[in-house]
Amino acid sequence: MSLIIKNIFRFAVMLFIQIFVLSKIPPLHQFIVPYFYFAFILWLPFRIGRAALLFIGFAAGMTSDMFFKTPGLHTAACVLIAYIRPFLVNLLLPKEATDWGNEEPSKKTMGPVPYTTYLVMLTLLHHFYLILLEWMQFGSFLYFLGKLIATTLVSLLLISITDLFLNRKSKLR
Amino acid sequence: MRNVFLFLKRYSVFIFFLVMQGVALSMLFSYNRFHQTAYGMFSNEVAGELNKKVNGVETFFTLNKQNESLREENAKLLSYLPSGSLYADTAFRLVSDTALVDSLAGFRQFQYFSAKIISNSVFLQQNIIVLHRGSDQGIEPNMAVVGTDGLIGTVVNVSKNMSIVMSLLHRQSKVIAVLKKGSGLGEVSWDGKDPRFLVLNKIPKTIEVKKGDTVVTSTYSDKFPPGLPIGFVEKVEQDQETNTYKLKIKTAVDFYTVQHAYVVKNLLQEEMDKLKSTLIKE
Repeated sequence: MSLIIKNIFRFAVMLFIQIFVLSKIPPLHQFIVPYFYFAFILWLPFRIGRAALLFIGFAAGMTSDMFFKTPGLHTAACVLIAYIRPFLVNLLLPKEATDWGNEEPSKKTMGPVPYTTYLVMLTLLHHFYLILLEWMQFGSFLYFLGKLIATTLVSLLLISITDLFLNRKSKLR
Repeated sequence: MRNVFLFLKRYSVFIFFLVMQGVALSMLFSYNRFHQTAYGMFSNEVAGELNKKVNGVETFFTLNKQNESLREENAKLLSYLPSGSLYADTAFRLVSDTALVDSLAGFRQFQYFSAKIISNSVFLQQNIIVLHRGSDQGIEPNMAVVGTDGLIGTVVNVSKNMSIVMSLLHRQSKVIAVLKKGSGLGEVSWDGKDPRFLVLNKIPKTIEVKKGDTVVTSTYSDKFPPGLPIGFVEKVEQDQETNTYKLKIKTAVDFYTVQHAYVVKNLLQEEMDKLKSTLIKE
């Protein structure tokens, strides 16, 4: 399957689940509102350039904002993680990221510890920014902190489950 | 000049990033003035189409409940039919309708449009409902939206065939309400905690409030029909700082399963606005 079609398909499915399943189930608590569709940006191939990555983040954010009816909120968060991602990959990977070709970040290509760090850092950053923007409009500091921690934990759980489903084979190592 | 280009080239990605953030944030913070822009209209129509399809499947699972509430409403309406009551024969006469205003009947103030809810959320902080009715069907912003059980919200944004409703479960939603017993004027808002409960403030402590009291819309509001149920008092709390109650009320409408709504048009709205605007000018 072509790489582009595969990623578009992945985004569509993840967004569909986010909007029509996660947004429909009754919330466990007001603090827990998990987001996981943005993980599609984390799983794009290493090879993609920084400007292209930003553009993909922007497009993905705009599309999800259409459904969330929150113009700009998710776009801002998606663009932020798309911008930070190359820096983090360079920090965590021993080699130049461009050498990896079409490989995607996964447990096998990056190693378990760097990969976990990568997921946790970017998920935390995404939620931090998203909830910060929401908090600036209303809410208290306790609300901000509680929601950040609870939501990040549940989102990470969802992302790791999705990761198991994807079953990506690695040619390297 | 060369250095400027070098600078631009070197930091192009960062500048790109800043521009995108700027676009996103300006969209976010100008949301309330965002109503008529192209993106709003476009996204409304596109996302609405998909929502409609998924909603078709969802509706299937709540058919029983929907039927029940529609039947109940039918029964209520049937009881208003002339065939349900008896009149003396002398009152029956044919009149050709030449007068513009029937002086015996009341004026009609509110007109109801039926609309299907195609998208609904309860778990966000700013919950929004999308209706499959738009400007082509006569919906305008600022109209009230009611369900079969009570108040749902207010129309805030309209495109050709869809409209967006700020539900009662929106942090910025505020509705003037009274207790059905006939006293107290308060304000219903949502604290963002539990979608089943709203908060009613500003009811003075001089009034006796009990659990189970009905909270309805007031006659002072010009967009909501008066006497429409909003909820029922669940818990009475004394606000220590002020002389008012802090009431927790259970919503009359079940926001989890609501599927049908009526948009209410106030036919006197235009006249009222005109009258009010003369007051502001002076």
